[in-house]
Amino acid sequence: MAFEMPKETSESKIREVTLGTGDVKVGGENILPFYLFEGEMPNRPLIAVEVYDDNPQEWSPVVAEPLKDVLADPVAWAKKAQDEWGADLIALRLKSTDPKGDDKPAEEAAQTAKAVAEAVSIPVIVYGSEDVDKDGDVLKAAAVATEGKNVVLGPANEDNYKTVGAAALGYKQTVAAKTPIDVNLAKQLNILLSNLGVDVGNILVDPTTGALGYGLEYTYSVMERFKIAALRQDDSMTQMPLIADVGVEAWKAKEAKAPAADEPAWGDENKRGVLWEILTASSLLVAGADVVIMRHPDAIKTVRKVIDSLMG
Amino acid sequence: MALSGLDIFKLLPKTNCGECKVPTCLAFAMKLAGGQAKLEECPYVSDETKDALADAAAPPIAEVLVGQGAKEFKTGAELVLFRHEKRFVNPTGMAIMVSDAMADDELTAKVEAATKDSWERVGQQLEVKLLAVKCESGDGAKFAEVLKKIAGMSDLALMPMSEDVDVMKAAVDAVGDKNPLLYAATAANLDAMGALAKEKNLPLVVKGDGVDSLAELSEKAMGMELKNLVLDPGTRDLKSTLEALIAIRRGALNSKFKPFGFPTIVFPCEETDDAYFEGALAGIYIAKYAGIVVTSDPDAWMQYPLQVEIQNIYTDPQKPMAVDAKFYEIGSPGPDSPVLVTTNFSLTYFIVSGEIEASKVDSWLGIVDSEGQSVLTAWAAGKFVPDIIAKFINTSGIADKVNHRKLVIPGYVAQISGELDEELPEWEILVGPREAADISTYLRNMVAQ
Repeated sequence: MAFEMPKETSESKIREVTLGTGDVKVGGENILPFYLFEGEMPNRPLIAVEVYDDNPQEWSPVVAEPLKDVLADPVAWAKKAQDEWGADLIALRLKSTDPKGDDKPAEEAAQTAKAVAEAVSIPVIVYGSEDVDKDGDVLKAAAVATEGKNVVLGPANEDNYKTVGAAALGYKQTVAAKTPIDVNLAKQLNILLSNLGVDVGNILVDPTTGALGYGLEYTYSVMERFKIAALRQDDSMTQMPLIADVGVEAWKAKEAKAPAADEPAWGDENKRGVLWEILTASSLLVAGADVVIMRHPDAIKTVRKVIDSLMG
Repeated sequence: MALSGLDIFKLLPKTNCGECKVPTCLAFAMKLAGGQAKLEECPYVSDETKDALADAAAPPIAEVLVGQGAKEFKTGAELVLFRHEKRFVNPTGMAIMVSDAMADDELTAKVEAATKDSWERVGQQLEVKLLAVKCESGDGAKFAEVLKKIAGMSDLALMPMSEDVDVMKAAVDAVGDKNPLLYAATAANLDAMGALAKEKNLPLVVKGDGVDSLAELSEKAMGMELKNLVLDPGTRDLKSTLEALIAIRRGALNSKFKPFGFPTIVFPCEETDDAYFEGALAGIYIAKYAGIVVTSDPDAWMQYPLQVEIQNIYTDPQKPMAVDAKFYEIGSPGPDSPVLVTTNFSLTYFIVSGEIEASKVDSWLGIVDSEGQSVLTAWAAGKFVPDIIAKFINTSGIADKVNHRKLVIPGYVAQISGELDEELPEWEILVGPREAADISTYLRNMVAQ
């Protein structure tokens, strides 16, 4: 008996969201990730490369070393990511504004956002320091400073979505909505944002990322459930493209950072940390991430190869 | 696919003899369908009925046992396409590829490293399961000798690889008593290779050239009454292999296509020479249904992260992973170091211990048995409440290790501090931050004071 592959086609699809002001789009697929034998994925998943504005000091040397020339200069960092590592997007984190750290004023950070957005030709994601109160001010200032660039502002969460959503609306930016690893909470925030007037076609969902070993399975299943609800149940509030915030979470893991001298059973830390980031990113890509935010140049290169191969 | 009571009734003698201790055949059929009776209890059931019912009761994907002794492992028996629907059952078996053409010291080093690949994480033992041994020499005698040598060094399960049946016979003579997985039956050698596997009752990989030829070959092997099969679609690039893995799993579960009702094997080591890319391929196949994944590098930097991914993907979504309840030393705490408590949900433990580590303040972290629940859930369920926490503190022996009596509890359960104070009169209860991200600042302030 010959085998007939059971095909599962869908009338529904993920919303196609335009990033920046050129022709970069994300989403639009009517299939589970890379199930290209039964439908279409008109846009490749995108790699956003992380850039920080606070000259990170406490990173593992494994990831700090290849970035050492640019760590202190977000504009140079963003350009390098675009020109040398083939970044599809820049994910700028305005970490300098963190009240628990440097606590720089919103206005100063917004100028960095402007400088970065002007220095590169690819779209930019602007994330605050993830301090709920401060981010309201920071993202508003960033929205003003980058007006006309259609950046992705975020993360908006249940406590600051009004400020962030209003800033995006007022200055024609896109929003990344973040909720803690739960499909229903994510849908709820999407509804709140759209009630505020934000077009559902201008929202990306950041369902919160658990790195390999640190909750990866939760994010993995939430992403799968998102895609299934979007495609098979035509649930409008789950049809936003998904962001996986990989770099920051993967490099928090002890196993990614610990020197082999401290943990000989875990092997060469120079390769182990990079693989930690690669595995977090590639498993979330097959779960449903449309954007992966990444850090290490070798991990970025490998994940690009993964996406190239899967898209064929 | 399960039969209904009525379907089963049609296959029974319908004599209502009652010898099965159930008054009627219909009632017996209903009990059978509900799993409360066994078919053997009916003395008059026909052989055809037995076959039909056994067939219907068979799981959609067979479970195959490979190897023997401490390192034997099971693969297959999967029931769902998405882990949140139930759970994935038998964790992916990782294999390391070696060859009889390798230099002696290289072979020894790889076999030793693969055998040593074993880590304890969150109460589970994670380990490489299998050595894939390729016959590149074409010489059966040499191959047999290498297999014997490997079996003498390692208790890992073995997978001798040759499509030449005479070479495989030599391999089976050498290590056939260790339940090796034979690789592989192909369109060219199925009759002889299948007969060998059947005669020796050994598991066998069927290697196709794409899913269509795999389906044909697997069906033929089933026709030879081979039951312990593992499927290799023969694809050797990411896009085709992923599609094949999806086709096989969907075929088995959704289409009930029996030739695909077996575990799968894939070969990232034959798909690329780029180590990071090989790791990425292995990671994707682990997530997307592969039963056995063969890689080239036994080094811990490669295998440990892959094992952690297997642990994550194969965790039962209904049963959160829990760490042991006890005091953990974060850094090198002494008598003056802070004492904190939280729940035993593995993520809670990982995140809290990670933040304490990042603070560089050596601390004692007490993990209370909360049945794997996070702080708020455990509190709501009565698993992280004053009497349980007090009992933990009093039996943990922490009072002998520190010369202060200050106990930090998570900010989310600030409301229990009064009651906990009463339960632990010697201790001063301090309310810590709600979010783990604020632990670092909190601890630094605490020691500064």
